Amino acid sequence: MTHFAAVVLFALFASVVFGITQRETPRRMVRYGAYCFVLFVASAIVLSWLMFLIAR
Amino acid sequence: MATQENKNAAAEGGFVYLPLIAGWLVPGAGHFLLRKWGRGALLAASILGMFAMGLAMHGKLYTNAHDILDILGLAGDLGNGLLFVVSRIFGLGADQVQVTTGDYGTRFIVVAGLLNVIAAVDAHNLRTGRKS
Repeated sequence: MTHFAAVVLFALFASVVFGITQRETPRRMVRYGAYCFVLFVASAIVLSWLMFLIAR
Repeated sequence: MATQENKNAAAEGGFVYLPLIAGWLVPGAGHFLLRKWGRGALLAASILGMFAMGLAMHGKLYTNAHDILDILGLAGDLGNGLLFVVSRIFGLGADQVQVTTGDYGTRFIVVAGLLNVIAAVDAHNLRTGRKS
């Protein structure tokens, strides 16, 4: 398993739990879960590039 | 906002902490007790999946509390409830992290426990009518 696949799966599982527990209606649960997922993955990509550039 | 259905559920008799305890011991069980089948199934799949992936990545199960980081890790692992107990009984999980993915696996197991606690508290909120 690649590091990126691990990040994506981590983001998926955590986002599902966050979505269900932090919102009340199904529609808002899905939207909040998707929002968390995008934030997880996007921040991982941005931080990875930052670390790559710092290490050069 | 709590719905009338949940207020009625909260007004029902019985042990009010049962969904909280059941949800902690078995992921999703608190929601199943409240007949929230879809939410319970998704929570169970997510938490079990994260825990299983942690074990598959040779993650470590914390067994002692020698320093503050071990105590925090153990607290997170204990959030998995019976999953942690059963895994310890069957000797699953690494004693020491020996591969790179093992470090990730250890975090997966700890976070699965923390997510399980969040899910159990959510089940309690549903039971008391604080959440719909």
